[in-house]
Amino acid sequence: MSRDVVETLTGFARTLRAAGVGADPERVQAMIGAVGHLNVLDPDDVYWAGRLTLCADPADLPRYDRCFAAYFSGATASVRRTAPPPVTIVRHAATPGTAGEDEPGDVSVATASEIETLRMRDVARLSAAERAEVHRLLALLDDVSAQRRSRRFTARHRGRLDPHRTVRSILRRGGEISGLHHRAHRTRPRRVVLIVDVSGSMSPYADVLLRFAHAAVRSAPRTTEVFSAGTRLTRVTRELRHREPDSAMRTVSAAIPDWSGGTRLGEELKEFLDRFGQRGMARGAIVVIASDGWERGDASLLGEQMARLHRLAHRVVWSNPHKAQPGYEPLTGGMLAALPYVDDFVAGHSLAALEELAGVIGNA
Amino acid sequence: MPHTTSIPASDFASPKALSEALEQHAYLSDDGLATACFLSLRMRRPLFLEGEAGVGKTELAKTLAAVLDAPLIRLQCYEGLDAAQALYDWDFPRQLLHLRAAEAAGVTDVERLESELYDRRFLVSRPLLQALETSSDERPSVLLVDEIDRADDEFEAFLLEVLSDFTISVPELGTISAERPPVVVVTSNRTREVHDALKRRCLYHWLEHPAFDREVAIIRRRQPEATETLVRQVAAAAGRLRQLDLLKAPGIAESLDWTEALVALGARDLNPDTAAVTLGTVLKYREDTERVVDGGIGALFNGA
Repeated sequence: MSRDVVETLTGFARTLRAAGVGADPERVQAMIGAVGHLNVLDPDDVYWAGRLTLCADPADLPRYDRCFAAYFSGATASVRRTAPPPVTIVRHAATPGTAGEDEPGDVSVATASEIETLRMRDVARLSAAERAEVHRLLALLDDVSAQRRSRRFTARHRGRLDPHRTVRSILRRGGEISGLHHRAHRTRPRRVVLIVDVSGSMSPYADVLLRFAHAAVRSAPRTTEVFSAGTRLTRVTRELRHREPDSAMRTVSAAIPDWSGGTRLGEELKEFLDRFGQRGMARGAIVVIASDGWERGDASLLGEQMARLHRLAHRVVWSNPHKAQPGYEPLTGGMLAALPYVDDFVAGHSLAALEELAGVIGNA
Repeated sequence: MPHTTSIPASDFASPKALSEALEQHAYLSDDGLATACFLSLRMRRPLFLEGEAGVGKTELAKTLAAVLDAPLIRLQCYEGLDAAQALYDWDFPRQLLHLRAAEAAGVTDVERLESELYDRRFLVSRPLLQALETSSDERPSVLLVDEIDRADDEFEAFLLEVLSDFTISVPELGTISAERPPVVVVTSNRTREVHDALKRRCLYHWLEHPAFDREVAIIRRRQPEATETLVRQVAAAAGRLRQLDLLKAPGIAESLDWTEALVALGARDLNPDTAAVTLGTVLKYREDTERVVDGGIGALFNGA
């Protein structure tokens, strides 16, 4: 293949990468190979050779189409890196790293009884230093995961007879029956999906709840999914994969475009179910919704979607920070519509309540 | 680039030639899909097909096998699928029987007996091994790895290994490799994100619902007994159903089922009565059916 063709194609791949399509070198190599089998001068052939080899996701396709049109029409310069959406980064009043610097007198290690009191307190009413301590303790939460029975078997002392292993051991002993082997189902992590409401009414709790979500992602990175819901649904699982809680929280804040806005929980939930849930993410999963259930619009959509969710999920858990307030009655429209489809209704306003939530997830 | 030195007869001259061959087997492809299959054959790369359920992913693999006159080997993925079900397994009962028979015949040569035990004839080949064994230079086999998103990630990693070098090693027997890599079609319904490493090994193609004209052509080709009016009405109605934001939009498989049902009922065109009794072939959720019935079934195909 002539050198300028290769150069043109690698230049195209660069444009694609700038637009967010993961056209890595191995794929570019494949594209150059593919073009070699087709007609380099036919735009359709080049289009398909690139699309088949460089894209890896339906979300890549519109970007690819835009870049292809721009690059091969000569308007390369007009393809810019897509500007990040305008975001309001929520700065924590004090993160554990900076607390000590700002307030030299602050003792970062709390005593046992102080921790005990702190555990029970509503996180919305904490001072900056106390909040930092709660964050530190949340980061220590290491088991927010659930198990389910797998189809696969493992050797056990009791359970069903394992004919293969039994026969194999008989074979090994030349036909002498020495004993029976048994097997039982293994357990595997069950998928946990957390949907955290980040709207205005939840803003005192959203930060702590996302940190809880971070603990969940850390304890079972492959089977936990996290979404933020406000005026739109954002998948933040990838952002939460950072091991270090504070940098994870920074990337998450940057990724969520609708902090402290309104709530359209019904629509968000519908979007979640349409795009992810029904395709399998919610199937057999434990779905945790952390929200106060203050639905702006008509709550009937939320009810409908909760019914759908309930049919798909293994267990639906609703965590409402206001539940712990004395005399709380679930009277908001959204909460009333959702409650019939909720298996576990828990609080989630304090460290202790979040630990309880972790327990509910583990035992579901 | 590996494997591109010679071009056997099973490769086609151009995507167009392949598209025509597919059409002879009643599969109508568009440019993208034909190019994808063409490149997959030429570059010896697995084809990774994604798309909504019922857009013809599995059907493509079957047709490809028919076009190449090759055996189709299907590996249906599910949660908990493991190597013993995908690769090979030893036939323990037969081995035991062999041992007993040898004992009865008074064979005392232990060494020989042992080597006999791990003979090829006691190996049960599962789809992946079958695909490698049946694939020859003149005629590659077609391996369909269906719904990879249902298997777990461990299996994905394992599949990646097999798809990278097309050899399988059986500790007791040695390495088994394919004369020529089989044509591999991997399908996914996107219930789970498949790992990028696997996709990187493959050509990625996203299958859309067909456009109206192509859907008409497909139904006409598959259901020749249906009247032209009926075919056009069904295709138009299916197109409208897909825009209704249903829980499960009908795929081309559903429109074919629908037409078949209507033909079986002797319908010459779609009217509210025939549509109402056959709606179960297109809509698979009670909520969807209610929505469509509430909106008036007639609205689906009026004006088509």
